[in-house]
Amino acid sequence: MHANIDTALEIPAVRFAGVARHFGAVKAVDGVDLSILPGEFFAMLGPSGSGKTTCLRLIAGFEQPDAGHIEIFGEKVEGLPPYRRAVNTVFQDYALFPHLSVGDNVAYGLRVRGVGRAERDKQAREALAMVKLTGMESRRPAQLSGGQRQRVALARALIVRPKVLLLDEPLGALDLKLREEMQLELKGLQRTLGLSFVFVTHDQGEALSMADRVAVFNEGRIVQVGPPEEVYERPRTRFVANFVGSANVLSAAEAQALGAPARPSSLRPEKIALMSAGASAPTGAVVLDAVIVDVSYQGPVRRITARTPAGLVLVAAVPAGQAGEIKRGGPVRFAVRSDALQPMESEE
Amino acid sequence: MTRASLSLKLAALAGLAFLHIPLLFIVLYAFTTEERSYAFPPPGYTLKWFVVVWERTDIWAAVGLSLRVATLATLIALVLGTLAAGGLARAKFFGREPISLLFVLPIALPGIVTGIALRQAFGLMEIPFSFWTIVLGHATFCIVVVYNNAVARLRRLSPSLIEASMDLGADAFQTFRLVVLPNVGTALLAGGMLAFALSFDEVIVTTFTAGQQSTLPIWMLSELIRPRQRPVTNVVAVLVIAVTFLPILAAYYLTREGEAVAGSGK
Repeated sequence: MHANIDTALEIPAVRFAGVARHFGAVKAVDGVDLSILPGEFFAMLGPSGSGKTTCLRLIAGFEQPDAGHIEIFGEKVEGLPPYRRAVNTVFQDYALFPHLSVGDNVAYGLRVRGVGRAERDKQAREALAMVKLTGMESRRPAQLSGGQRQRVALARALIVRPKVLLLDEPLGALDLKLREEMQLELKGLQRTLGLSFVFVTHDQGEALSMADRVAVFNEGRIVQVGPPEEVYERPRTRFVANFVGSANVLSAAEAQALGAPARPSSLRPEKIALMSAGASAPTGAVVLDAVIVDVSYQGPVRRITARTPAGLVLVAAVPAGQAGEIKRGGPVRFAVRSDALQPMESEE
Repeated sequence: MTRASLSLKLAALAGLAFLHIPLLFIVLYAFTTEERSYAFPPPGYTLKWFVVVWERTDIWAAVGLSLRVATLATLIALVLGTLAAGGLARAKFFGREPISLLFVLPIALPGIVTGIALRQAFGLMEIPFSFWTIVLGHATFCIVVVYNNAVARLRRLSPSLIEASMDLGADAFQTFRLVVLPNVGTALLAGGMLAFALSFDEVIVTTFTAGQQSTLPIWMLSELIRPRQRPVTNVVAVLVIAVTFLPILAAYYLTREGEAVAGSGK
């Protein structure tokens, strides 16, 4: 269930009402309603082509909606060009101006607003200090590493004090270690500034770990909005269950056989426990004997795919150390608590 | 890396010699004392032809006309070529490809076709031949050179740079001045120089669009038919080599440097 934001007293930082954007026959965004709160870290999560980036571009003003309304802090912005909107973007490829120094890149927004050289240099230095790039003013973007360019792009967008900061897959081009570092830093920056950050990503781990709320996009629509725990623990559809983490999706009959209500349900692999031979079943759990179809080692966990005599195929993620006698073709005994099954609105 | 064989080296040298020895002869005969024929070796050497050229007003009239035509044709080409490139580099609309082709056509078509077409068009519209008809004739192919340079650079320019500029508060004019122009500037300069050089030594289109006036190349053609003072044309040719070679060299270095700058955009 997503919270009904419209009843909140606050004016949303960004509000979409029935927004659609079509490119020819392609419905990139197909009737999206959403409200992003002031000071919220909001993630738009979805596969490529799901409409999340188009939504971000609609907020920035690079696209105009074919239908519906967009408001930024209560002000209708349809038809307003990007340079008249109090939002700024950190681009996926950073889009730093190659002919300008780092300092001039950061000061660009002030320059076009007619701020004098001395004042904008001072503010650029402060903005660069904020993203830990003190003393880099005179470098060229080409001389910076990917992570540094990312920070310059961030400083450049923040210097004009946007009401909402838009980030388009900002960590996509960074390597894993740097990405985790930047995740923490972005989160910290957002908390310090108290700004709304709208963050587009296809990486569910990133969305879950950083966002206050996640909107899951598929085929131009939002399939579910909510805090990360809610989206992960209670996926509303098969798509959400599979895209946000991985899941076993059970039909109504299969759910009933496991002692849950007769509704299509999702079951997270880590909720399936492995039982050692001779152990007694935990209370409230159904015990399933199955034959192992596949095992894969993934560091902290081992993923076991097994088939029950009834033909139900389940994937379980068990702590790697726990899985002693696991072999393909061998028997396995699972325990599943019926309340681990999450009913879904649809099996689609 | 393998080394080239001796025969390949010789062939390469022969190719270069074929291209450049005639130029050496032009320079050589600018200094000959023989004025009616080109005997080898020249019977003697003199600088008097440079003095003759200096004193002949018809040459300087032709040089002046060529410079003015080339300057104006280049300016027209810079404005229209850049605008056309800006319109066609990214926009997607019905008929874009045919329009791009139409822009490049004047340089692909033989000059003689362009020349006849312009001559007939001017005739039909009863426009008398003048300085301006020459300029217009030259502008048709100068635009192509500028357009080609500008469109190639604009296509390499990341579209998100323009979006970033607008996002940061710059309107279209500021974005053009502060982001687009600095990034395509060297390409425009190179295109403009190439256009200037092309216009400066153009013969065919000029023949069809000029009235009684002679640009420098036309003057040289007419001078070759005369039996006397032959080395005068050589002296002028040396000057032309200097005037066209330097900008082309500069254009070459500028675009090369530009590639390095544009390539560092990501």
